[in-house]
Amino acid sequence: MKNTKKVNRFRLDIWGIAGLVILITYLLFLVYPVGNILKQSFYTSELGFSIENFSKFFSMSYYSDTLFNSFKVSITATFFALIIGILLAYLFAMFDFKGKKFLRILIIIASMSAPFIGAYSWILLLGRSGVITSFLSRIFGFQMPDIYGFSGIVLVFTLQLFPLIFLYINGAFKSIDQSILEAAEGMGVTGISRFFKVVLPLLMPTVLAGALLVFMRAFSDFGTPMLIGEGYRTFPVLIYTEFISEVGGDAAFASALAVIAIVIALSIFMLQQVVSLRFAFSMNALHPVRTKKVTGIKKVLVYVASYGIVFTAVLPQLYLVYTSFQNTSGMVFQSGYSLDSYLEAFSRMGNSIFNTVRIPFFAIILVILFAVFISYLAVRRRNAVTSTIDSLSMIPYIVPGTVLGIAYLTSYNTGIGGSGILSITGTTMILVISFAVRRLPYTIRSSVASLHQISPSIEEAAQSLGSSKLNTFFRITVPMMMPGIIAGAILSWITMISELSTSILLYTVNTRTVTVAIYTEVIRGNYGIAAALSTILMIFTVLSLLLFMKVSGKDEISL
Amino acid sequence: MTLIKIEHAKKVFDNTVVIPDLNITIKEGALFTLLGPSGCGKTTLLRMIAGFNSIEGGDFSFNEKRINDQEPSRRNIGMVFQNYAIFPHLTVRENVEFGLKQRKLDKKIIRERAEKYLKLIQMEKFMDRKPEQLSGGQQQRVALARALAINPDVLLMDEPLSNLDAKLRIDMRKAIREIQREVGITTVYVTHDQEEAMAISDQIAVMKDGIVQQVGSPKSLYHRPSNEFVASFIGRTNMLNAELKHNEEGIAELHLQNDFTIPYPKLNHLDDQQVRISIRPEDFIRIEDTTSVDTFKVRIEDSVYLGLNTEYVVSLTDKHHIQVTEESSFDEDLNVGDRVHLTINTNKINVYCADGLTNLSEVK
Repeated sequence: MKNTKKVNRFRLDIWGIAGLVILITYLLFLVYPVGNILKQSFYTSELGFSIENFSKFFSMSYYSDTLFNSFKVSITATFFALIIGILLAYLFAMFDFKGKKFLRILIIIASMSAPFIGAYSWILLLGRSGVITSFLSRIFGFQMPDIYGFSGIVLVFTLQLFPLIFLYINGAFKSIDQSILEAAEGMGVTGISRFFKVVLPLLMPTVLAGALLVFMRAFSDFGTPMLIGEGYRTFPVLIYTEFISEVGGDAAFASALAVIAIVIALSIFMLQQVVSLRFAFSMNALHPVRTKKVTGIKKVLVYVASYGIVFTAVLPQLYLVYTSFQNTSGMVFQSGYSLDSYLEAFSRMGNSIFNTVRIPFFAIILVILFAVFISYLAVRRRNAVTSTIDSLSMIPYIVPGTVLGIAYLTSYNTGIGGSGILSITGTTMILVISFAVRRLPYTIRSSVASLHQISPSIEEAAQSLGSSKLNTFFRITVPMMMPGIIAGAILSWITMISELSTSILLYTVNTRTVTVAIYTEVIRGNYGIAAALSTILMIFTVLSLLLFMKVSGKDEISL
Repeated sequence: MTLIKIEHAKKVFDNTVVIPDLNITIKEGALFTLLGPSGCGKTTLLRMIAGFNSIEGGDFSFNEKRINDQEPSRRNIGMVFQNYAIFPHLTVRENVEFGLKQRKLDKKIIRERAEKYLKLIQMEKFMDRKPEQLSGGQQQRVALARALAINPDVLLMDEPLSNLDAKLRIDMRKAIREIQREVGITTVYVTHDQEEAMAISDQIAVMKDGIVQQVGSPKSLYHRPSNEFVASFIGRTNMLNAELKHNEEGIAELHLQNDFTIPYPKLNHLDDQQVRISIRPEDFIRIEDTTSVDTFKVRIEDSVYLGLNTEYVVSLTDKHHIQVTEESSFDEDLNVGDRVHLTINTNKINVYCADGLTNLSEVK
């Protein structure tokens, strides 16, 4: 009897130890760097505690205007993304037309690419010497409106982000029952009026969730405004340039900006939580909405709208694939086609391609490992420590990538507290950890969801059959969670390989990823290499997506 | 075979006492059912025996060996769950072998034992299938084989049939009963379905609010329920207020409120008092020739024809409604508003004291 008790305690310790290890990891790689930024923003060695950095930001319109600009582009882009995304999802759900599966895959691909690559391609298409611009002016003498600045950023964000809205709403349509639409029709509410009075209110919780995600992405994206914004500076651009300016950069001021960014993100997140609570209700569709056949002019409109939107969304990607085969000389595309860009990309940027596989690979292993343990602890062994871990793990969800990058750079430059311990700046490790920490929330959510699907009685059944708790965890629980985790991990993987805002701050020549390489090549004007690398990245993304579909057995993605 | 003894069991959830003080002894090889409405603590008690719920007080023992502090995995129990709890990523065979593998048995023995139990539940044809290809009933059979394959000391079943449809439930309870007899294992069975409990059990403990109301065979629970709760929970019954009085000859009589009087010499030894009488619907007898028997008049308010029986709701002269069941016949022709005469099969009634907590017919 005494013996069993001892074993018992030891087993409990394993979960306790796992919890503590995870907690310490989060303290080291999340609480410490974010706390460090907070400290830096308020505390200077000369002045001690002061709010000077903040008053500098708010008192000078040169700085504070960027915040206003950010809100302006993010709100406008969210608005347009909502309109296009909802429209497209509505067409998909209500009407019968060919090629839906193909279009859906294209939409997913469009949503998975790095926004700044879209920006760069749109410059090639609609910029001052873009193909479409010069085509229109040569043939029609038509002058395209300027794509740089506000309108260009909004265009790129909208086209980049409406696929997310589409995927969200598309999923939500599945929970609307056909009978609800028929009931509305029975009461004489049809067509547009039915959409606004019945369908849209039912979609509202999803619309809000999607809008938040899109707004946050737009608000924290830094590559797009950097490339296409020209004089139009947004907040993430300001944070980046203040930190990496030629004159050494003002880390304290950049930290203050980072703190402002966190506060804004947090407020929007909480606002969304409050608002979505009001709209929350649950639906369950026995008979999903049936698509209708359309004819005549309506049919033409449906095809034009759906194919037109999707084509516009993938156009930048397609154009980059095309230019990757063109002969180039710097920024100028020459006549004739060859694989020169690819050869050059491999010879000069070969290590970045390798890094794009290597760094996310290590990160994804960490992500899976942590996600399995965190979700298990949070769901099955709830206590003070595991709840703290659960809340901590969600923080990176709302902290912009640039902010985390700055936090990591300033915190680990000379090790923790300047001690030399964990002075990992410039190493592969810092990139691996930053990727893992940023993408963990997604995989944790998906593993928590799959764990909730597993009835505790399955674990109890294993125990009653003589299996110890640890054995049950590895033999029963983890294998049952695996499909969900792998699916979530592949999605995390895709977002990692197209990540820019953190890696642009943390990379060195040896740890440069493809996205960083594309960005630097675009800045340097090596358009051929950039196009070739973009194509390679796209191939990675498509392959990963195919893998995801095979693993999850679905041709859909829920976010 | 294992004797289960539970003494002064206590269970507290978040400062609420769910089971205050419970004592049960379960004989070797018996199929013992915990029966009660939802929230009565029956599943809680079963999970305390299994080890999935903590025990706040008392002693649980298998054959005099205290198990309170043992891990569930070391109690050598077989458990069958309401939702089957089949491992979905393992085949039927692997499910049954799972427990055997934990015991580090020889591979050949594992295979043989798994096959033996799969044959017992007639699932040997489906050995290599994944659970998702099985129906609910088949999954529950596999769960039973998996639980039995490890030769457990006790078998615990938590509402194993309530996710199955009505017809399958009856087949399965027969199968469970047969297999349990064949294996001869002490079994604790939890259900809220009194018919299922009656059909399957050697002994039933009727529970309410964490307290055992009565332990007994299905027959004794039905015919001699020890209190008003058991009387109305097992089967259906009419509870009527009455007065116990002795006539001039000292014979006890029950005076119903409609002035009908039942001579009840069994209770001669008691003082005059208010009582509650439980009369099952089938213990009212319709009398057409009223000359030889004492009867009382009722009016038919409603009737439901159920094939074997016809159920009537009738009103007494004191306006009380009671339920009466009669075997149906082709010639029966009683309509709402008809007046008929009834008498009572006094052998089968139960008399309780006014608070309904004690069966006076039982008191010797």
